[in-house]
Amino acid sequence: MLDNREMRQVYCDKLLEMAKNNANIIIFEADLMKGSGTERFFKEYPDRAFDVGVAEANMVTVAAGMSTYGKIPFCTTFAPFATRRCYDQIFISVAYAQRNVKITGTDPGITAEINGGTHMPFEDMGIMRNIPTMVCVEPTDEAMLDSLMPQIAAHNGPVYIRLFRKKAEKIYETGEKFDLFKAKSIKKGKDCTIVCSGIMVSKAIAAEQELLKQGYDVGILNVATWKPLDKQAILESAKETGCLVTAENHSIINGLGSAVAELLCEVSPVPLKRVGVRDIFGEVGKMDYLEKKLQISAADIIDAVKNAIEMKNGKAL
Amino acid sequence: MQSKKEFCLCDKADDIRKILVEMIGRLGTGHIGGALSIVDVLTVLYFGEMNIDPGNPQKPDRDRLVVSKGHAGPALYATLAEKGFFPMEEIKTLNQPGTNLPSHCDMNKTPGIDMTAGSLGQGLSAAVGMALASKLDKIDNYIYAIIGDGESQEGQIYEALMYAGNKQLNNLIIFQDNNKMQIDGMTAEINSVEPFDKKGEAFNLFTQRVNGHNHDAIKQAIKRAKNQKKQASLIILDTIKGKGFDVAEAKGVGCHNMSYDEQAWRSYCNKWEA
Repeated sequence: MLDNREMRQVYCDKLLEMAKNNANIIIFEADLMKGSGTERFFKEYPDRAFDVGVAEANMVTVAAGMSTYGKIPFCTTFAPFATRRCYDQIFISVAYAQRNVKITGTDPGITAEINGGTHMPFEDMGIMRNIPTMVCVEPTDEAMLDSLMPQIAAHNGPVYIRLFRKKAEKIYETGEKFDLFKAKSIKKGKDCTIVCSGIMVSKAIAAEQELLKQGYDVGILNVATWKPLDKQAILESAKETGCLVTAENHSIINGLGSAVAELLCEVSPVPLKRVGVRDIFGEVGKMDYLEKKLQISAADIIDAVKNAIEMKNGKAL
Repeated sequence: MQSKKEFCLCDKADDIRKILVEMIGRLGTGHIGGALSIVDVLTVLYFGEMNIDPGNPQKPDRDRLVVSKGHAGPALYATLAEKGFFPMEEIKTLNQPGTNLPSHCDMNKTPGIDMTAGSLGQGLSAAVGMALASKLDKIDNYIYAIIGDGESQEGQIYEALMYAGNKQLNNLIIFQDNNKMQIDGMTAEINSVEPFDKKGEAFNLFTQRVNGHNHDAIKQAIKRAKNQKKQASLIILDTIKGKGFDVAEAKGVGCHNMSYDEQAWRSYCNKWEA
């Protein structure tokens, strides 16, 4: 079942709600206000909304300059342009300069659909998580985004929000509370735990249900914030189920799977299989085509879980 | 009729140059050329134009300066120390481990620095952001930015100029330190940014070109800039890289980041005392 509201609608609703009580909330766009869903903010607060045109580097650096006055800018555009296109500006003028600027990248991974490979970032969280102090979060659905937005605004430092724009699969009930820095267990299991975020959560749930029919008891841990990673929750899952699968709408290089692997092999190695895009570019297509082509479907998660369990049981793959 | 005496803070600029030449000299090497070329505009700003308080560097309604060519940080450090933002003794810590005076400007380390810079092309956009924030908060102040002529090869400079022009930021005054040299050679030969005045005008900026070592000319240009009601200003400062320090000037293009020995800086710093 889908959410009632599109994620971009929730995003703008929360921005408007926060702006009412906090005069420092301002927004930036780079010619995508309609796509980002922030048009209503431009109408309601024309003095606090800035469309710089097609100039992402200028957008984030102007925002950094405004943040020196205590403003809290939210800069929104398609994820590849919000990250890759202005990486050095985010690195130096935002993060290195300790500026309180929020960057929102929309249409992550396969959700870019028919905009194709040029607009389909599988590396955005990877490059952003490589920036010291950057918080990297991928909200799952309406309820989670609603709960996290005020925490993101209140966090004094740069945050990258990886945002699916349309109606997400409804995972949580309206009003559910989330902690920006804590993973959320959806189900505890015995055989394996699937660690996932964003659109992969519903695929993980579908995989878990199919695996249950086949006799596997699989847990699901929703890790919306990839950085800083909730190490405790992941290590607990590893301990409980003895193996993990990560599922991400992102490259397996420098993504959620990498973050989990880095943690496990330094602290508590257990078998880990990563479901994610395997170092290839995106292409045009609908999500159901792309998830199969890029091997990030529920079926791929099922295979990975079985493989992880076999590894745990000492079978060579 | 007696001609009016030209405005000059020559002694102050000389003092700042001495501090700067000694500061980098004690280290043995540094970005001396492009630091010396902006000493005169810094002198006019900090000892004539800017509303700032060394005792309260974060004063909310202060004027701000972004040195977008962040490698000229030592020139700003010398000026800020001379103005009293931090003890003169600290000058000797330039680029030493744990220093508050790193080679490139860092707003989180040095009192009086308004923006971190170092990756060329970004500081001007940050200054545009500050000018917008002043308008939003109805703060009656000026935002100054100093960009390099070599830096003006960065595409982001033009994104910022375009936005400043379109937003009619009459509280923004941009200086281009046109010292005509960059690391690899003469700017005109590497990839000319001229005619920069025409570029400024094309972006709807009130554009002037003056001798960047003439304090009176700089002051008058700022005065004209402040009279603009609907335009951001661009003041192209024709300067000499390494200005004032004969060893650097003589090195030409090579003075961007150069070494010089103790005798060279001591001889320069002592020449006023003879």
